[in-house]
Amino acid sequence: MKTKFATAALAVLATAGAASAEKTKFEYWYGLTGDLGKVVLETCNRFNASQDQYEAVCVGQDGYEKAVQNTIAAFRAKQHPTLLQSFDAGTADLMLSGQFYPVHQMMKDFDITIDWANYFPGIANYYSSSKGDFVSMPFNSSTPVYYFNKEQFEKAGITEAPLTWEGMEAAFKALKASGQECAYAYAPDSWIDLEQFSMAHNVPVASNNNGYDGLDSELLFNTTAHVKHMEDVQRYIADGYAQVRTPQSGKSARDSFVEGECSVFFSSIADHNTVHKLKPAFAWDVQMIPVYEGTERHNTVVGGASLWVLAGKSDDEYKAAAAYLAFLATPESEEFWVSNTGYIPVTKAGYQALLDKGFYNAEPYKNRDLALKSLTFTEPGPLTRGIRLGSFIQIRAEWKAEVEAALAGQKTMKEALDTAVARGNDHLKRFAQTYQGKSFP
Amino acid sequence: MRRAYFKTSWIAALLLAPQLLIIFVFFYWPSAQAVYWAFTLEQPWGGGNTWVGFDNFRNILADPYYWSSVRVSVIYAIAATALAMGMSLILAMFVDRQLAGYKAYRVALIWPYAIAAPAVGLAFRFIFNPNAGIFSYVNTVIPGLWDPTQIGWQALVTIILAGAWKHVAYSFIFFLAALQSIPRSLTEAAAMDGARPLRRMIDLQLPLLTPTVFFLFVINITDSFTDSFGIVDTLTGGGPFHATDLMVYKIYSDGFRGFDYSGAAAQSIILMVLVMALTFVQFRYVERRVHYT
Repeated sequence: MKTKFATAALAVLATAGAASAEKTKFEYWYGLTGDLGKVVLETCNRFNASQDQYEAVCVGQDGYEKAVQNTIAAFRAKQHPTLLQSFDAGTADLMLSGQFYPVHQMMKDFDITIDWANYFPGIANYYSSSKGDFVSMPFNSSTPVYYFNKEQFEKAGITEAPLTWEGMEAAFKALKASGQECAYAYAPDSWIDLEQFSMAHNVPVASNNNGYDGLDSELLFNTTAHVKHMEDVQRYIADGYAQVRTPQSGKSARDSFVEGECSVFFSSIADHNTVHKLKPAFAWDVQMIPVYEGTERHNTVVGGASLWVLAGKSDDEYKAAAAYLAFLATPESEEFWVSNTGYIPVTKAGYQALLDKGFYNAEPYKNRDLALKSLTFTEPGPLTRGIRLGSFIQIRAEWKAEVEAALAGQKTMKEALDTAVARGNDHLKRFAQTYQGKSFP
Repeated sequence: MRRAYFKTSWIAALLLAPQLLIIFVFFYWPSAQAVYWAFTLEQPWGGGNTWVGFDNFRNILADPYYWSSVRVSVIYAIAATALAMGMSLILAMFVDRQLAGYKAYRVALIWPYAIAAPAVGLAFRFIFNPNAGIFSYVNTVIPGLWDPTQIGWQALVTIILAGAWKHVAYSFIFFLAALQSIPRSLTEAAAMDGARPLRRMIDLQLPLLTPTVFFLFVINITDSFTDSFGIVDTLTGGGPFHATDLMVYKIYSDGFRGFDYSGAAAQSIILMVLVMALTFVQFRYVERRVHYT
């Protein structure tokens, strides 16, 4: 009996050994959920079917934040995946931790040629080291736009979707006059209201060129046009042009728009696909986020997430992960990704290939490349490369809580933003102290 | 009173070992780690930390939003405990008096305890939703009267009600068991002396229940401080404007969402000390009034 058992065990071991000799596996944890999560899984299946050397084991982690949280916990227990989809706000911590394998280096080590110059500069700058080398691989990329109800705009006599806030305000007034109760479904979102607004206006969010030049940065957004903008938003609400629409208040801004209750809402271009799927009963379109009159419009920056290769894995796993990343960088993969989600292409070649096909001329993709126009409006300058601040999740949370307090009438908008800056600066100081003596790669 | 003793102490130690091991792995070890982190600045991805002494505690105690979190937690703990225990005592007394259908009530009242906190939160999110829920009727009568997403105290009321509702079941079981262990002869004797149900409740049953009341009080207060996370997370997310940012939720949002492991560790040390101090006070001063039979 005992020998029989032992033989059986040996046989199992042998087959397991044979199986793993066939394919090199690596783990990939991603944060996207729902429809988008399914498309991520689909890219893994396509990769696994495309060759027989490697196998990507892809695990959804139920949200960006959880993906990073779970990976940190796993990393401390040395059970982490090779590849992680990490969102923009997690970038600073990861960069300073040094616990990653820069993709630029990895591709070089495994002799995989990637034309790095092919990436849009607005995307490249966000994910590169100060020397211009890619530390993580751009993946799902977006930028904000605003969505508007064409029919309600026509009824109010607005012929062109405004590109300035002054024009926006006139449009809100016209919509109100035409009997539209809610012109603008507003939900406080620092990514749009603060970060992308500051990029488009070429004003700083923080000193040290938004944190790129050192850890001793201080927030500056209570001194810029951002204050006026937030005061204007508050005024739109008080005057009855805008309404706060959040999931907690019963209906998100997007749902309010799709159901025709509100005429305008701001969101990532990634929602373009979702809005289509929700099939609104009216014609709609998108436009670049507005700027104030008298400002020269600048580029917005990339949002979304990128793929990080984590430290502490075997060469075989790195090789497999590199093959997967190279697979994702092919134009075919890019087209698959872009056409099945609302995200934008990250490479110039990928974009050109789509343009040649007339991809953006036909529904449902029409005008989706306005996001690319916004992203590439100017060459990224020192203030429009992006934001590289530590504790950025907490800074966003402070901003949101204070803005909510101001909107609820507990303090003025200026007081709220001053408090958010002061508290955010405390977080930055703690962050700099935590990573004393280190600097961004 | 006679007590049994083990002749050799190593048997006792052996029997205790599994339990001690579990407590060590799941309590003492993590707590020791938290104490260490509380005095350092820990890098989230590992790779080193800096000793900062009491800086983390100083920062926390100087933060006005932390004190508002403490205040909200105390209000929540007291209100939810009082509400849960009051409701469950009344319900237990009804069931104990065997009003019609009491068997069905007994089962139905125990159920809520089996429901996970996030599910409770979602159910109450619907009930209290200002636009779509049951409470939206309030707003159709007087528009803008009910909006826990904007008005802080209303948000606090929502989590207190949800928390209390979940705790009613637990207290109910204990109250009912205690009520049923009161000898029938006492109640009957009182009834023969002419005491009506309410008088019997006040003079007879409540005094005999004090050990249970005390036990439930300690458990409920402790639970309100440490186990309210799921309800806050699904119902309010700590908002609006920190109005429902309970201490335990703040630990989560600073530590796990904000990657400030050290600040969160220091906060959990403060919370632990607070709960221990409360329990000590309860045993030292409140227990004196409890009569065990």
